[in-house]
Amino acid sequence: MDLMAIIRIAMRALARNKLRSILTMLGIIIGVGAVIAMVSVGQGAQQQAQQQIAAMGSNMLYVSSGTVNRNGMRMGWGATKTLVMEDMDAIKKECPAVRDAAPGSQTTAQVVFGSDNWATNIIGTSPQYFDVRTWPFAEGTSFTQDDVTTAANVAVIGETVRKNLFGATEPVGETININNIPFQVTGVLSMKGTSGGFGQDQDDVILIPITTLQKKITGQDWLRWIMVSAISRQASYAAQEQITAVLRDRHRIRPGEDDDFFVRNLADIAQLADQNAQLFTILLGSIASISLIVGGIGIMNIMLVSVTERTREIGIRMAIGATEGDVQQQFLIEAIVLSLAGGAIGIFSGLAASYLITHTLHWPVLVSPAAIIAAVIFSMAVGIFFGFYPARKAARLDPIEALRYE
Amino acid sequence: MTATISQTAPISHSSSGERAVILVEDVHKYYDLGETRVHALRGVSASIERGEFVSIMGASGGGKSTFMNILGCLDKPTSGRYILEGTEVSKLDKKELALIRNRKIGFVFQGFNLLARTTAQENVELPTLYAQVSRDEGRKRAHESLELVGLGDRTHHYPSQLSGGQQQRVAIARALVNRPSILLADEPTGNLDSRTAVEIMDIFQKLNDKGLTIILVTHEPDVAQFAKRSLFFRDGKIRKDEAVLNRPVASEVLKNMPILED
Repeated sequence: MDLMAIIRIAMRALARNKLRSILTMLGIIIGVGAVIAMVSVGQGAQQQAQQQIAAMGSNMLYVSSGTVNRNGMRMGWGATKTLVMEDMDAIKKECPAVRDAAPGSQTTAQVVFGSDNWATNIIGTSPQYFDVRTWPFAEGTSFTQDDVTTAANVAVIGETVRKNLFGATEPVGETININNIPFQVTGVLSMKGTSGGFGQDQDDVILIPITTLQKKITGQDWLRWIMVSAISRQASYAAQEQITAVLRDRHRIRPGEDDDFFVRNLADIAQLADQNAQLFTILLGSIASISLIVGGIGIMNIMLVSVTERTREIGIRMAIGATEGDVQQQFLIEAIVLSLAGGAIGIFSGLAASYLITHTLHWPVLVSPAAIIAAVIFSMAVGIFFGFYPARKAARLDPIEALRYE
Repeated sequence: MTATISQTAPISHSSSGERAVILVEDVHKYYDLGETRVHALRGVSASIERGEFVSIMGASGGGKSTFMNILGCLDKPTSGRYILEGTEVSKLDKKELALIRNRKIGFVFQGFNLLARTTAQENVELPTLYAQVSRDEGRKRAHESLELVGLGDRTHHYPSQLSGGQQQRVAIARALVNRPSILLADEPTGNLDSRTAVEIMDIFQKLNDKGLTIILVTHEPDVAQFAKRSLFFRDGKIRKDEAVLNRPVASEVLKNMPILED
């Protein structure tokens, strides 16, 4: 008997019991839908984590001044005054894995433009900073190396500052007052968004030459941090070691003594975030897979009920010439049709759920074709696995007994 | 396998009868039920020729159902030989038996045994689905079969929309659709009123007149009298094998039967 005929028989049998067929499929629909929606959410989170890390700057290392232990009171990172401009020059010169570096120190200050004022972070740095952090300009340009050398009163502002101080006014060329010192705005940075690792608004910032900050605002000549970019992501670990060696040497730290600085490799953070998101995907996916297995058990349950209920039908079919193989194939195909049809509807409901999640909860969702293909294969496997036993049971019935069954 | 089963001609067989359609030789059947052994058939031998209309009578427990199951290839004898159209059926495996049931045997049951929620047409098509017959051919044959039993206008009715007599006629059409060598009817009138029972016998007689071999199991002498020959079973043996004398013609009987008013 050819397969098409058996599929036709199976479809007719399912059509005779529409409500039951649909309810049975529901388990698979929910299972497949859940797998697709959950994996999409997980992969969306993974992609977002990667984007946030990319937004922090590529291949970046963050060298911060270290902690000090004063009479048993530990002061936290950034408390030492030993990190200086010359350290940065040495890092640039002596570490082959380092591409570029930018110094930094910061404070907070009240900034005034016209009748508006705004409290924000003031960062002193050099023009390399924007390159190290891969932070493009929306308008205008950076201050120059000359501005750093001459400690000029120039400033680059972040998007949040522009919004709060300028509104509709064009900022480039205007003058703002920081601590009553006038600064000319040379550029506006493009929006960077909230930092993934730190959760702070990265656009709420004003950047001025490091020398200007040190001499005219804080009066401190040491650095809080140095931003370093490595030549590649792989090289960031080598860069970390080279920087540590250079700084230990320059700060005359003897072997066995603690560092008075701290090097944080953002590749580590990136990897961690990546792993977290991956774990999240696996977790969501496996919970959803459990519902798919439950759906499969539902199919097996209904098929077993169906075999018992249709014992007489099986007897009739055998009496008129169906072989054991025909009966087994019919019930197996019924199970596969149920699970595949459920899988197909499940894909659509999963996609619909993903769409709803994106548009109502504003979660990032990434629908992956691999998840869809896996769901189809898995639902078919569920049909075969859970349909086999009931089909076998049907095929093994004795036709005489089956015909007598009431 | 197919080589051993010659495609039989439609219902109109040549009534030469030179060879037996069914040849049963010393058939025994035991059932082992735990400690006890039930001896259902104790050496049955019979020969039925093409075009015969044989009734099988006897009290329940006499072995007629077992004999029927063996003739229908649903069961195998414990010992003895059963030859159907020259094929020794008692030696075939399950798959080959299914093929024989499909091609050579038409079943009619007491309880009609139609598939519910399936139209008359689809019920009749069912055996063709297992017979490597094309869909169009299957449909055509099913329709012809239904016309043969006078239900050409009821093809799209469901069993629940048909009377008992009509359902049994659908079952007969289904039994005929693969053009079998023999029609096996197991108490076909058991669930029907007396007039409808005679109507079914009328159909059987007409099919038999066209050359179809019919074997009818019944415990009602009124029904058995429409056959040409009667076999009486008791205690697992054929006790009597006789031709029916003064056989009534069902269509004549129907003329004298009152139509029951509801």
